[in-house]
Amino acid sequence: MEEKLIIAGFGGQGVMAMGQLLTYSGMVEGRNVSWLPSYGPEMRGGTANCNVTISSEPVGSPIVVEATTAVVLNLPSLEKFEDSVVPGGNLMINSSLIAKKSKRDDIDVYYIPANEIANEIGNTRIANMVMLGAYIEITGAIKIESVYEAFGKVFGETKAHLLPINKDALMRGAEIAREQMKVKA
Amino acid sequence: MAIIFEKTKGLTDKPTHYCPGCTHGIIHRLVAEVMEEMDLLDEAIGVAPVGCSVLAYDYFNVDMHEAAHGRAPAVATGIKRVHPNNFVFTYQGDGDLASIGTAEIVHAAHRGEKFTTIFVNNAIYGMTGGQMAPTTLIGQKTTTSPYGRDEATTGKPIKISEMLATIDGAKFVERVAVNTPANIRKAKKAIREAFKVQIEGKGFSIVEVLSTCPTNWGLTPVESMKWLEKDMIPYYPLGNFRKPEEVE
Amino acid sequence: MTKVLMKGNEAVGAAAIAAGCHYFFGYPITPQSEVPEYMSRELPKVGGAYVQAESEVAAINMVYGAAGSGARVMTSSSSPGIALKQEGISYCAGAELPCVIVDMMRGGPGLGTIQPAQGDYFLATRGGGNGDYRLIVLAPADVQELVDLVMEGFDLADLYRTPVMILGDGMIGQMMEPVEFNYKPRADLPEKDWATKGKGKGKQRNVINSLYLQAEELEKHNHKLQAKYAKIRENEKKVEEYNVEGADIVITAYGTTSRIAKTAIAKLEKEGYKVGMIRPISLYPFPNEAFERIGDDCKGVLTVEMSTGQMIDDVKISLQGRIPTYFHGRSGGMVPEPEEIVEKVKEILGGDK
Repeated sequence: MEEKLIIAGFGGQGVMAMGQLLTYSGMVEGRNVSWLPSYGPEMRGGTANCNVTISSEPVGSPIVVEATTAVVLNLPSLEKFEDSVVPGGNLMINSSLIAKKSKRDDIDVYYIPANEIANEIGNTRIANMVMLGAYIEITGAIKIESVYEAFGKVFGETKAHLLPINKDALMRGAEIAREQMKVKA
Repeated sequence: MAIIFEKTKGLTDKPTHYCPGCTHGIIHRLVAEVMEEMDLLDEAIGVAPVGCSVLAYDYFNVDMHEAAHGRAPAVATGIKRVHPNNFVFTYQGDGDLASIGTAEIVHAAHRGEKFTTIFVNNAIYGMTGGQMAPTTLIGQKTTTSPYGRDEATTGKPIKISEMLATIDGAKFVERVAVNTPANIRKAKKAIREAFKVQIEGKGFSIVEVLSTCPTNWGLTPVESMKWLEKDMIPYYPLGNFRKPEEVE
Repeated sequence: MTKVLMKGNEAVGAAAIAAGCHYFFGYPITPQSEVPEYMSRELPKVGGAYVQAESEVAAINMVYGAAGSGARVMTSSSSPGIALKQEGISYCAGAELPCVIVDMMRGGPGLGTIQPAQGDYFLATRGGGNGDYRLIVLAPADVQELVDLVMEGFDLADLYRTPVMILGDGMIGQMMEPVEFNYKPRADLPEKDWATKGKGKGKQRNVINSLYLQAEELEKHNHKLQAKYAKIRENEKKVEEYNVEGADIVITAYGTTSRIAKTAIAKLEKEGYKVGMIRPISLYPFPNEAFERIGDDCKGVLTVEMSTGQMIDDVKISLQGRIPTYFHGRSGGMVPEPEEIVEKVKEILGGDK
């Protein structure tokens, strides 16, 4: 298997952290992984994105041009990366901030109201975790337990008390994805 | 028979290449004598510059580095960080320290690097044949200021000691001269105090030594001593600009 | 040892410390600033010293001082900063001082861009500073290899008393991959009896120097350096080869670009093309024998670089006109896409499989 992701949004939405969690989780499961950030002035307040590869084979190019999944957290990211998804791939749209619908009909599109769910749980900053939960449910690329293990590694032990709320976010994301997958089926 | 004079063990037996009447020889001897008297010869690591004293690594009888032009304070920083308990000094001329190496000397002082700089100011580039230095006096003729240094286009001579004395990390700053026996004694005392500041771990120390260059000044050695006294010292006043209280 | 996920730049720092490097002198520049940041955080924990130098020029001269004092020492920068360091690198080569210099390349010339590029190949392999000298230049393709080459770089530097350059780019510096640190120093590393420690502690008075005013002496010194480089060429070539034998076309690329080429090769193989690959890992010494082994019936060698064509000179020298050479490059921070390489190969082969 090879999962090649583009995760994109604006600075502060946790795009990089979501990618790192996923990458670390893949490593925990013994896969070949790589995480490549966009870097530059756009990181300071503009759009940010990262490429994640999780593969059973050694990772070739770490740059994701043809994504198996694109996760877009704001409108500019949708416009930039909608066409990067391979036919049959997944496009995950943060519908809380993006009113526009995808024009693609050859891929599976999911509309996840990540910010609304995060706000319901009580922390708008965990919208990225809602998206991650949904991604895991849709693709089965990694086990959700691996994310719990990766959490401490990525955020440090001082953030361990935040794990329960992040677990909630992952679960809620998985739930909403499950509902949408049923409709598609 | 009682020994009344011995050459310092701080210098090698290699004959120096300095011109007749040049005071580098006196300054070398003072630095070497103080190192010997303070029992530093076994632990000292010196850094030679680019300029007339480029071959100082052949003359000081201690471990030495030859540095790139102006970079001696950076090289000394690297040495001192690896060997914090060794005595480290740089020996630099005015082209090296006051022109191409201003960033390195200012920031070594600024970081309070615990080494000592002997700064030899003779108001000219000697090794390359008498070009204008930042320290060249107004009106002084050199091969690149053939009509005399003009303030309007080249500024005024830079006063390194006064400048470095404004930096907190520079704990000992003194300007001396080696034109008379009395001044030579004062110079030696300043070098000793500067070394002491380093050994006590107080910070950066520097002694600026006004020196002669008879060859490039176009003067005899005796005339050079007079020129130093009459022209250089009035512009570059001798004295201490900074010292930690404990040294006073 | 278990694997950890690390950013390339941080892995450089961790690898250096694992290899016993306790001194780092550097200056911030994108995209390598995580190296000095990591070192400023970690070196105090091992009793080492981190100094943020006033300039790149000062940083490499601090390296000169520390290396001459017998310590394992490193500096890192990105292209414009490495250009500034050339003075000190030449002095280190001349005075035969071991040190490791990391260049996370960005686009140029001039201030260029902060995005990845490979435009410093000439600077690294031809000697960007003055005089007849060479550096050992190692080009990692992934973060684990970056770690391994930094650690080995310290050994090679000590073994040959020469500066070693790790030539990466912004991509490898910024990306995260799993790494492990298994450093075992070579058994044949010589004692640094030439280093300045104070003559009381050393066996004799030591002088670190690159000045030889007598022409005969300097020529003799240069011959000594050249003999050392010949030994390095004999012993230290590193290369990865893939399906070169019987290939219709061989792609050659180094560093991160080689990974993009590998993805292209996988696509071409699926379409039935016979494509080989040569990935030089040591850029100096250049693994010319790998190119000499390519069969005469190979239709071409395609060099892919994130530059307008620099390593291709060494490829041509190695092939000596025996096989046609082709080039595909992107520059200015643009990264080639696998599809571009696929197209170029098809263009060269004219549809022949």
